[in-house]
Amino acid sequence: MAKVVLQLGELTCPSCMTKIQKAVSNQDGVSDVKVMFNAGKVKADIDQSKVSGEDLGKVITELGYEVKKIKTKEIA
Amino acid sequence: MKFNIWVQKNQNRMTAAIAILIVISFAAKFLHLPMVETPAMIIASIIGAIPVFLHAWTALMNKVISIELLVTIAVIGAFVIGEYEESAVVTFLFLFGSYLEQRTLQKTRSSVKNLTKMAPTTAEVVDEDGNVSTVDVDDVDEGDHVIVKPGGQIPVDGVIVEGKGYMNEASITGESTPVEKSIGDKVFAGSLTDNGTITVETTSVGEDTTFGKIIELVEEAQDSASPAAKFIDKFATYYTPAVLIIGILVWIFTQDFPLAITVLVLGCPGALVIGAPVSNVAGIGNGAKNGILMKGGNAVNTFSKVDTLVLDKTGTLTTGQMSVTELTHFGSDKESDMALLSAVEGTSDHPLGRAIVKYITGENVKAASDLPELDTVKGQGLQSADADILVGNERLMKANNVVISDEARKAMDTRVNQGDSIVLMAVNKELKLVVGVNDQLRSDAFEGLTALKKAGIKRVVMLTGDNKTSAQHVADRLPIDEVHAELLPEQKVDFVKKFTDEGHHVAFVGDGINDSPSLATADIGIGMGTGTDVAIETADVVLVKSSFDALAHAYVLAKKTVANTQENIIIAVGTVALLLIGLLVGVIHMASGMFVHEFSILIVIFNAMRLLRIKSFKKAPKLDVNQVKTA
Repeated sequence: MAKVVLQLGELTCPSCMTKIQKAVSNQDGVSDVKVMFNAGKVKADIDQSKVSGEDLGKVITELGYEVKKIKTKEIA
Repeated sequence: MKFNIWVQKNQNRMTAAIAILIVISFAAKFLHLPMVETPAMIIASIIGAIPVFLHAWTALMNKVISIELLVTIAVIGAFVIGEYEESAVVTFLFLFGSYLEQRTLQKTRSSVKNLTKMAPTTAEVVDEDGNVSTVDVDDVDEGDHVIVKPGGQIPVDGVIVEGKGYMNEASITGESTPVEKSIGDKVFAGSLTDNGTITVETTSVGEDTTFGKIIELVEEAQDSASPAAKFIDKFATYYTPAVLIIGILVWIFTQDFPLAITVLVLGCPGALVIGAPVSNVAGIGNGAKNGILMKGGNAVNTFSKVDTLVLDKTGTLTTGQMSVTELTHFGSDKESDMALLSAVEGTSDHPLGRAIVKYITGENVKAASDLPELDTVKGQGLQSADADILVGNERLMKANNVVISDEARKAMDTRVNQGDSIVLMAVNKELKLVVGVNDQLRSDAFEGLTALKKAGIKRVVMLTGDNKTSAQHVADRLPIDEVHAELLPEQKVDFVKKFTDEGHHVAFVGDGINDSPSLATADIGIGMGTGTDVAIETADVVLVKSSFDALAHAYVLAKKTVANTQENIIIAVGTVALLLIGLLVGVIHMASGMFVHEFSILIVIFNAMRLLRIKSFKKAPKLDVNQVKTA
């Protein structure tokens, strides 16, 4: 298990949140997704054998949002 | 999908292009050039529809019916029936609206953004051979030695192992007066050295540092919605599809296609979804800038309703920095009794004890070296197994049948009347020492409590484990309504429970060290202690700059934030109602409806921005990004 924090560009519409939330949650091996509207961050727990932080970054980029930084932190 | 990202990045340029085309078209209309007028509007509509459509599509792919979908349908509808002017203007207003929304939202978020900008990025790590290399803070490990030059920013939390200097800890405590620190002292990431080069042994890095935790807490808080906002969120998920269905129904029943697409535009829940969160962000952001961490919309909401303020005395109403005012001795051999007291108090972490040890050491008396096993008697003091050494308050003496002479009584009364706390020591059931210890009131306690009462606090209660007279002495000098003294920690909890059971909204203010049960029991627990020692996790509201000024500011801010949220909801609902009436009366059309919508969104954002300007009653030291840049 690992915790991923993705820093996005500025988010302006609350409906984007729902969109990103659903798209990221739908990925295999992802749990506990949290989209932070004001901080412009997405936090999620991932199973690294199934998905990587970069994969999530790609999903979000494909939705049309800029991903500035991806941080993955191993958790026990 | 590259096109998608390109559109996203160039959305503002596309908006500008549409604006120019619309102006050209209107000019052509004025000059009677139909050859230019209509094509310009058509091109504008198409350019404008692309980003809106892409948003709608990606949302729909994830099973979300978005506002963009409503607009897309309306624009395509208008285009199909040849209303090019309407379709162009609607897309322009929608895109320009989101541009302005973005710009203004940035403002409301600026307080926290400025805070995160102050986070350290690199560190100068010294290896065992003394070589210095610059590395990313994320790559610094616990135990690494980091060197910080004068004027530099401390990149990690740690302990000074070499050098000394003055630290500016404004980014953590909000207090900009530099503090002197030397070997063995803790330093905090994000603070600045005013002078002196220091070497720091790293204890924590990045998000685990105090500064990192503060930022994370504020970010989480801004995004944790108030009950009102949560309700609106839920409402909006059903609202948007409902508008779509109503639009379709209108079309089926009236066969009036233009009316149906107008309904779609008017039904956009714009101001409604943004209104509540934006107030929250601005309110919490203002707090963060002033050293007040409110943990989310819920905390803000509950805090705003508080009418009963319960305060701990020591360390909250007072600074907690105690000093001995007088030491009176009875019997012979004063020095050995003092040595014994110093040794006993040396085993305790109690602020009273520390003050006594400091005083006795200052009198050049060394603490006794042989000391029997001591037990703590809760709320009374310390005693040896056979009770031949007793150190504590009067209750402890009474419980052990120690006789208090008239002379001793007189000494105690004098100290107590001065507002001192007293510590007694008896050896072999004989009273030997009476020590008066005084604790300074916080300088802004009076002003702060007065401001809080003016802002809506009905009752101020002080709870303390200290004796009645010294508690009363503090209460007499402050606008306090009720005093309960000589309490054990669990009795404090009982009082808090009693107040909440009576239906009061209770806030408990304490340092969170020995009164965390009370913090947890109250509707709102407010952590206020000495700077960075405050338990960040236990409290709902943390005052990093421990002052009554901050407490009063936090309360006023909570009240204003909640009022602001309500105003925004009223503005949003009012706008939708007005638009509906306008539609029924026939004065509102698609483009004008969109204009009113976007306008209402800007109004709620501007309304929320007023929260950023609320100042505390006393001028607070400000955090400044430039501090870092110039350093």
